[in-house]
Amino acid sequence: MNFDLDQDERALQSAIRDLCKGVFPMETVRGLESSGGISAETWQALEDAGVFSLRLPESEGGAGLGMTAAVIVFEELGRALVPGPLVGTHLAKTLGLNQARVTFANRNDLVISHLDSSDAVAVVDAEGIWLISQNAIAGEPVALPLDPLTPVSRVSSLPQGERVNEGADVSATRLEASALTAALLVGIASAETDLAVAYAKERQQFGRPIGSFQAVKHICADMLTRAEVARAAVYAAGVHLDGNGDGDTARAVTGAMLLASEAAFANGKACVQVHGGMGFTWEIDAHLYLKRAAALIALHGGADTYAEEMAAAL
Amino acid sequence: MDLRYSESDERFRAEVRAWLAEALPALPPKPGPHDWDARRAYDTTWQRMLFDAGYAGINWPSEYGGRGASPTEHLIFLEETERAGAPYVGVNFVGLLHAGPTLIAEATEEQKAAHLPRILRGEEVWCQGFSEPGAGSDLASLKTRAVLDGDHYVVNGQKIWTSFAHVADFGELLVRTDTDAPKHKGITWLILPMDTPGIEVRPLRTIAGSSEFSEVFFTDVRIPVENRVGAENDGWRVAMVTFSFERGTAFVGELVRSMKLVEELAELARKLPRGSGSAWDDDGVRRELGLIAAQLDGLWHLTKRTITESERTGVPGIGGSIFKLYYSEVRHHLGDLAMRILGTAALATEDEPAVDHVRGWIHAMSISIAAGTTQIQRNILSERVLGMPKEPS
Repeated sequence: MNFDLDQDERALQSAIRDLCKGVFPMETVRGLESSGGISAETWQALEDAGVFSLRLPESEGGAGLGMTAAVIVFEELGRALVPGPLVGTHLAKTLGLNQARVTFANRNDLVISHLDSSDAVAVVDAEGIWLISQNAIAGEPVALPLDPLTPVSRVSSLPQGERVNEGADVSATRLEASALTAALLVGIASAETDLAVAYAKERQQFGRPIGSFQAVKHICADMLTRAEVARAAVYAAGVHLDGNGDGDTARAVTGAMLLASEAAFANGKACVQVHGGMGFTWEIDAHLYLKRAAALIALHGGADTYAEEMAAAL
Repeated sequence: MDLRYSESDERFRAEVRAWLAEALPALPPKPGPHDWDARRAYDTTWQRMLFDAGYAGINWPSEYGGRGASPTEHLIFLEETERAGAPYVGVNFVGLLHAGPTLIAEATEEQKAAHLPRILRGEEVWCQGFSEPGAGSDLASLKTRAVLDGDHYVVNGQKIWTSFAHVADFGELLVRTDTDAPKHKGITWLILPMDTPGIEVRPLRTIAGSSEFSEVFFTDVRIPVENRVGAENDGWRVAMVTFSFERGTAFVGELVRSMKLVEELAELARKLPRGSGSAWDDDGVRRELGLIAAQLDGLWHLTKRTITESERTGVPGIGGSIFKLYYSEVRHHLGDLAMRILGTAALATEDEPAVDHVRGWIHAMSISIAAGTTQIQRNILSERVLGMPKEPS
């Protein structure tokens, strides 16, 4: 048993963190609002870094890595608030599909994210994995999406699409989608903690930093705690999906998604609160993390779904 | 990262499991909660059985008679004993988990030889005389006074929350030996023989209805200077040294018990009638159970991270405080949910199905207070881990 990042995993983590710092500083991320969260250059940087292909074998241009590595990478993407159809594109690439960008949706969703900037929509349901070409979907863009960096479109119905899961394991793909989303969320939960702590150390009221008040620092301690427990669960989910777990894989993934959802959402709200009035302004980044968390959670079925799945395992 | 156990760890698990299957049926019947002599006998019998099988002091270094097990083996041992329903460490708690490790780190060879083997064999029971009525979270403000008189310290004062004091042979005692020094610098750590004249033990009844804890009063209690561990006025450091023994396993037994309890509660919810169905038909009940299960699983994973870290670095990381804080909250939630599911069944506290759940509900209230309250844990995490400024004093 070794439940800590090994040397390669650490190197991967710091490489992707550096990439995010270089390509996705917050000014750049905010600047992507006008282009639906994506620019040709930033997307190319993600492709070049192997974010989408890292689980393909080296012979197919990938890095031959597993879900543990993917989870480490997606945590960093979440931390940097990298926008775009990251999970769908990663899974499509892993399944051997050729589309440049694929967004994930549920069959009955009335709102689909990243529709305009994707080549196709992937739907995973009980029967299989379906790919629906973007131009076959009549979508109406929403002017003011909840997360300004996650553009969404209204749709009334989705065509059935083409079944693409020949030889693929549908339930495994579902679990992988959850684990990668959970990784994004845990990165967000950590970033929210860092943001709140930094502000609480700096902001002065009553002649001292507000972070010296227990009423404030205890909020931050709870944020750290939620993020760290969720991180342990998310890493465990990745390890289980690679076949190196110590328990039931579906349960590990479901639990990770539930804890990461709770952590990112609760920490997002706490981060706004710690910022006081400034937290209610558009200018401060706190709302962007919270809104991304809320969008990711909603797009992946909502926390109640995962709580029900956990209960069903009891 | 890899969560699988090594072959040698799996061998160790199989060995522990086989021994438990043989040993547990040989145990005498469990005594009632208020029969303290019988409880001491039961717990020390179990300790002797552990000793004979080579499992006493599982994480103690082998040079002091321990098994010198790795943190992973320690985790496996705690998991297996808890799952098998083996006795809790009970009255041996302080000796094995606090006083013993302190002696290993700080005592003279004579002191070690006098106590360590007897603790391991279950022949010596220890209690802890740290907290006072005026010194709880602010432990270093303790006032129980020790004045040197020839080759003895003369102790006057009062301790509280002394677990198992009425059945203990020795106590680890923190006393004030310098009233002028800053509060952390005037404390001394003494070995207290509980049969010394001038000690009065008054059991304290807790909200659980039982009396694990006592108040201990000291009137001119004479303790030989040779019972001092470490230097005079260096007792605060001596008392804190055991934290370096903590490798993330302190609450593993607790955690495994709670994981079992959440499964039992789910089963109970399916059985207990509510309206035309069962409590399980309530969306709120199911989802809260699901959340608690995920949170306990998360703590299991966190434990493995902490253990890996301590195996690598030799020191405990931040996992311990995070565990304590998060677990306390989850344990409260589990107890509260059990009370809601049980309804009036909770009022018959000694009956099935209430007994374990109601005990657990009350127990939760001690978990978030003992060994650093939830509020103190939040101070520790925010100040020492997140580097936030202290409150001005």
